[in-house]
Amino acid sequence: MRSGVVIFPGSNCDRDMIVALRKITGKTPIKIWHKEYDIPNLDLIVIPGGFTFGDYLRCGALAARSPVITSIKNHISRGGTVLGVCNGFQILIEAKILPGSLIRNKKLLFTCRETTLQVQSCIENPFLSGLKIGECLKFPVAHNEGNYFAPEDLLKQLKEEGRIALKYIKQKDNEKNYNPNGSTEDIAGILSNNGKVLGMMPHPERAINYLHGGTDGLKFLTNCVEQIIG
Amino acid sequence: MELQSELLKINKNEYLAQQKSKLEDALEMGLTKDEYNLICEKIDKIPNITELGIFSAMFSEHCSYKSSKKWLKTLPTEASHVIQGPGENAGVIDIGENLAAVFKIESHNHPSFIEPYQGSATGVGGILRDVFTMGARPIALMNALRFGSPDQPLTKHLVSGVVRGIGGYGNCIGIPTVGGETNFDKSYDGNILVNAMAVGLAKKDRIFYSAATGAGNPVIYVGAKTGRDGIHGATMASAEFTENSTEKRPTVQVGDPFTGKLLLEACLELMNTDVVLSIQDMGAAGLTSSSVEMASKGSLGMNLNLDLVPTREDKMTSYEIMLSESQERMLMILKPGSEEKAKSIFDKWDLDFANIGEVTNTGRLILTKHGFEACNLPLEPLVEDAPEYNKPYEIKAIKKVLKPSDLKTNLTIIDILKIIFKNPNIASKKWIWEQYDSSVMGDTIFANGDSDASLVKIHGTEKKGSLGKGLAITTDCTPRYVKSDPIIGGMQAVCEAARNIASSGAKPLAITNNLNFGNPDKKNVMGEIVGSIKGISQAASYLSTPIVSGNVSLYNETNGKSILPTPVIGMVGAIDEVENSLKISAEPDNVLIALGQSENFKAGWVGCSIYQEIINKKYDGAPPPINLENEKKVIEIILKLNEQKLLTAAHDVSDGGLLTTVCEMLFKYNLGLDINLPSNLINCNCYDPLLQSWCFGEDQARIIIATKHIKKIQLILKENNIDFFVLGKTNSSSNLNLKDITTISIPDIRKLNEKTIPSMMGIKQQG
Repeated sequence: MRSGVVIFPGSNCDRDMIVALRKITGKTPIKIWHKEYDIPNLDLIVIPGGFTFGDYLRCGALAARSPVITSIKNHISRGGTVLGVCNGFQILIEAKILPGSLIRNKKLLFTCRETTLQVQSCIENPFLSGLKIGECLKFPVAHNEGNYFAPEDLLKQLKEEGRIALKYIKQKDNEKNYNPNGSTEDIAGILSNNGKVLGMMPHPERAINYLHGGTDGLKFLTNCVEQIIG
Repeated sequence: MELQSELLKINKNEYLAQQKSKLEDALEMGLTKDEYNLICEKIDKIPNITELGIFSAMFSEHCSYKSSKKWLKTLPTEASHVIQGPGENAGVIDIGENLAAVFKIESHNHPSFIEPYQGSATGVGGILRDVFTMGARPIALMNALRFGSPDQPLTKHLVSGVVRGIGGYGNCIGIPTVGGETNFDKSYDGNILVNAMAVGLAKKDRIFYSAATGAGNPVIYVGAKTGRDGIHGATMASAEFTENSTEKRPTVQVGDPFTGKLLLEACLELMNTDVVLSIQDMGAAGLTSSSVEMASKGSLGMNLNLDLVPTREDKMTSYEIMLSESQERMLMILKPGSEEKAKSIFDKWDLDFANIGEVTNTGRLILTKHGFEACNLPLEPLVEDAPEYNKPYEIKAIKKVLKPSDLKTNLTIIDILKIIFKNPNIASKKWIWEQYDSSVMGDTIFANGDSDASLVKIHGTEKKGSLGKGLAITTDCTPRYVKSDPIIGGMQAVCEAARNIASSGAKPLAITNNLNFGNPDKKNVMGEIVGSIKGISQAASYLSTPIVSGNVSLYNETNGKSILPTPVIGMVGAIDEVENSLKISAEPDNVLIALGQSENFKAGWVGCSIYQEIINKKYDGAPPPINLENEKKVIEIILKLNEQKLLTAAHDVSDGGLLTTVCEMLFKYNLGLDINLPSNLINCNCYDPLLQSWCFGEDQARIIIATKHIKKIQLILKENNIDFFVLGKTNSSSNLNLKDITTISIPDIRKLNEKTIPSMMGIKQQG
């Protein structure tokens, strides 16, 4: 398994993702600097969280114009796998690799807390295929702009194509704050139309040992690695 | 004059900055007449405006500690585990395995009141730079906040702005904000406190210091450009507030966490090579304090060409460049010939890198601008001759001991408990904490009240069978105790911090303190300063937790009204295996035991307690006494019990007393408990002051533990001569019963606890 983690000025979850992938694969992922046009063939590229370019202009907008994005698009057109987490998801949206937009959280406040996610029934993909549909996973979120918004026609298309991968879900019937950002239909993560690119707001790399309060992130990433290696 | 400046081909303002100063200029810059005369005498000339500006910054309370220095020198600062005590950018302690913890707390009170978002954000940025200047990667942020009365309209605006500012900087730069304290009192109405603490991790043999070395070595400026923001911030921070203080908004610095992050990565990358000889961040008084301190610590001199300083605005004068407090800047001395290598790293991170001068052996600071000498000052008077005042003081302490029977009330125990959890000082701060990224870096074990101290794992210390070492961090102070008795209040802050560290399972190691007081020219305020330093010294010596860094913030007054004395203690401890750390939440079928409280305990200490405030609408009377021997005993025993893996949870008894503490331990799992009472209280009713004092008294040196190993623990406690009282066994009923006297619904109280802050902020609670 050859993986790489992309680093922009202002990325700040790169180390956490490297630690998680090394723990699972036994190999240290390569670091890909944002100015690189040529990146080697990799089984998985991860765009980690952070505040690339200070989130100035719009979250992910400046990073989406970096040279490395061209390389990532080439990787995708070769059928490569990409995972974008938090700011990584925002970058994938700004680069138009994934559709829709991520706007300010409904309460207009940064939110850092644990959320419960449910695996949706979706197209074949290397991220969730080994997990059960309806299965719940607990990951923390930490973001200011994670409110996924899609116009109705896009939403309809995403549903029809089975591209809604993860949703926030309530654990008790009367729970009201289970969706941390007010996203449309509780969407937490979506897939590209070939299923090889996943963008998600929650942080699996922050739930990899029991002292984090849970190891669902380890389970999720391990499954992902296993699916890719085959 | 215009003609002259034209003739000299120098910009008009620069020409003015190089003119001789007058006494009025000195007074305007916050210096006294005596200080101005002293300066003229020591430098043997009349300083020009730029030179005077440099003196006024260096002589400001903020930089010179002129009122507190005499007393700060009495603090205990040494121990075998101390690598660097006060005097550097941050304190450094040895935590084993060739690792060092580097930490400091610093105030940004005045700027945060004027401009809450930028003021608090730059407070966080500044303290982070202090830590990574020493070669340490910051791994955790904490804060201690004090706001005015919750019902004062401005409070909401300030809380919202400060919280967003702290989060705005910490979240963006990617250092977890793991905890702290937020309190409210009307004395802070016109002068809030924002104290930020940062903890970093370095290799013990790779610590960087600020003393300049080697005449001829290049002086390098890196980071953001210099602008006109924050000019004379250090002087503003050393003056009282008036109604017109908002006019000082331009003296508040503007933070840029993105550039801060780049600077952090670039500096650490450069420090990984062997080219940095010394380094200092440009914090308060910017280029002035960094150049003066570096040169004087190395007993050398410095020549700087101010035309080479990267500036953000045109035509900045020498005065403005030297006194700007623009953020995200560093000054470094490099090995000669290594400039290119260093520059390539800063180029990679898109940061300015400028060789602006050289180290000299003249003992003078010489600055040129437009080819003219803008400043030529001997360094010694700037540092050594900064005044040290022995201001008159009077330590006032209330000695009157209140008895429970002095407090008559028609409130029941449940009424009081509800009022306690409706008090924003006690209530859950979840609304605030959720706005801070507490889990970035992936090493957070306990944040934000999950444990008495916040706990982060030390990256890279994992071993077979263990997730590795951890650092425990806390900030504490109970200002109402300090007000009533400064010495006891100072001791209590240290003891509570140590108890909190121990209750998380870690060993207390060292302190950084942030001494926030009013105007030191007032005898009673000076008495609060002296008294609390005495108290801190006694407790810190006794508990072997030396003070390794700190900050003093004086003149926290508005229109002559002083804040409550607030000497905040930031303490750091270490634990060898993080999996042994302790949370506050008890689990089902745990036995709760109060350590430090004897079986035949007669009544609780009501003076100066939250309970007394509820009954009397004020606090007076002597605060709870501190017995250092008992404090040490309870800390040592809890560490001993935890080493043997006998504990599930622990929580120290502080504000709100025993019953408040028990409730907090039961909240997470909605547990119940039939609580045992001392025999003399069994026949009390729920109005009885004696029983109420047992429930809410704030006697010190107590920690409640939760355990599944009651027999073993009782044996050890008896062997070690520890007073204890078995409170009872948790059950799944969700009711806390005091015999037949009263029944408390834990879910009800918990809801109150979580609703208080959101409703204070005007937010309707959902779910």
